[in-house]
Amino acid sequence: MADKRMTSADVVAQLREGMTIGIGGWGPRRKPMALVREILRSPLKEITVVAYGGADVGMLCAAGKVKKLVFAFVSLDFIPLEPYFRAARQRGAIETMEIDEGMLLLGLKAAGMRVPFIPTRVGLGTDVLKVNPGIKLVDSPYDARQWVAMPALPLDAALVHVDRADARGVCQVKGPDLYMDDLFVRAAEKTYVSCDELVDGSVFEEGEEARYVHWDRADTSGVVHAPCGAHPSSCAPLYGFDVGHFKEYAAGAREPDGWQRYFERYVACTEQEYLARVGGEAAVRALPLPVF
Amino acid sequence: MTEATLVDRVICAAAQAWQDDGEVLATGIGIVPRLAASLCMASINRDLMMTDSEAFMVREPVPVGPRGDYRARRESAMGFARIFDNVWGGKRHAMVGPTQVDRWGQANISMIGDDYARPKVMMLGVRGFPGNSISHANSFFVPQHSPKVFVAGEVDMVASVGYRPERLARGWSLDEIDIRYIFSNLAVLDFGGPNHQVRLVAVHPGVTPQQVQDATGFPLHIPGAVAVTPAPTPAQLALLERFDPHHLRVGALGG
Repeated sequence: MADKRMTSADVVAQLREGMTIGIGGWGPRRKPMALVREILRSPLKEITVVAYGGADVGMLCAAGKVKKLVFAFVSLDFIPLEPYFRAARQRGAIETMEIDEGMLLLGLKAAGMRVPFIPTRVGLGTDVLKVNPGIKLVDSPYDARQWVAMPALPLDAALVHVDRADARGVCQVKGPDLYMDDLFVRAAEKTYVSCDELVDGSVFEEGEEARYVHWDRADTSGVVHAPCGAHPSSCAPLYGFDVGHFKEYAAGAREPDGWQRYFERYVACTEQEYLARVGGEAAVRALPLPVF
Repeated sequence: MTEATLVDRVICAAAQAWQDDGEVLATGIGIVPRLAASLCMASINRDLMMTDSEAFMVREPVPVGPRGDYRARRESAMGFARIFDNVWGGKRHAMVGPTQVDRWGQANISMIGDDYARPKVMMLGVRGFPGNSISHANSFFVPQHSPKVFVAGEVDMVASVGYRPERLARGWSLDEIDIRYIFSNLAVLDFGGPNHQVRLVAVHPGVTPQQVQDATGFPLHIPGAVAVTPAPTPAQLALLERFDPHHLRVGALGG
């Protein structure tokens, strides 16, 4: 029986320069930040990142890891503009495929379905088609209109964070929004999951627990036990996002050595040290869920 | 007029935007559009649907800011993936806050500058604007009416499609595009002029049509008679107090 447990370092050792890597979550929500921090610690570079971006994208840009970004937005929501992503774009430092949020969904869906594209009206008439000459219009076999052929976005690897997982890769998300994590997982050749709690598979037998398992374990390649591994992003209902931490992170972008200082304090350490430096596991689990 | 009085007046004007929409999802991005949608759902079009701005549909609008003992009256799940199911089905009218709008109603929240590879100012990205604009009705809220927002030429990045025939793909017509209203700190406008030209519908008290034109980078259609935006009624003010008990709307017009 497969035992998919591994460490963050094991995951990053599977990643290669030039790979296309999808990152689950949405803005400041349920990002696999422990895995992102492990990439930041590694020599990995020149990656293509596909994400509904938040500080995951900002940090990878700040550290010079990103060759190309496939995105619809990068934002921390309550801090609308992600400062390090913004700086990277304004320097012309990254290639981009800027598309609509729903086009990103369709591209992942197409990859999971193993079809080359999905037709859609989304993008028609906009500069999304101008800045992405690779996205084509196609004739329909059924009507007289042209449609946008949103190309599949196959991923070499997907990184996602979940509430609970077992050693076989059964993953549970109890938050009210799955975001597009199931689509990232199915679009990927390999999926590496970090989990707040590593549990015995019998947990999923109880009550309605199995209803919160949103993809098949065959689509999970590796499981990393990372308590509070989404911090500073949220992992509802376990903890909210860390407003104070994000403010400190964003304020640093206004200082010439801001990223270097953030890196030294919060990245150049072990995850245990990281958790201690952000106040400890109990403090993270006490972070309130956001109210809008 | 004080800013506080003006913002209430703009919200109440904007609340009319959904009145004839029937049973659609009303999405207001930002505090003024959200309060406008809330007022509309509570008093004008009670069939509207709204979310808690997180992951659930609610049977009555949720107040903005800290809620105290108030519990959102949930009606169904409404995560992001399901939002796109709704968007693509067309039963939605969103009110959003673009950074630039042009004479064709094309709007931009992505980037400013003439070099896409190296924007002068990178903003959010196109987000859901392309899909919204080709799928359902949209209105705009602009807190600071100026030629920097209402630009003379085309917006720097066309994130949402407008009434520009040369941009249509084969087989498509302008009938697919439904841009309703613009609410700003100066006026209410729509696209009801000749060939979808932007038309002045109403000015706020103390504002002249010429001032609106001067603050707009393209020619407006100005009818002979232009209404003045009405003042909020006591009933509307009571609803505003209910949905914005912490007065987070104060300052929403910036400046």
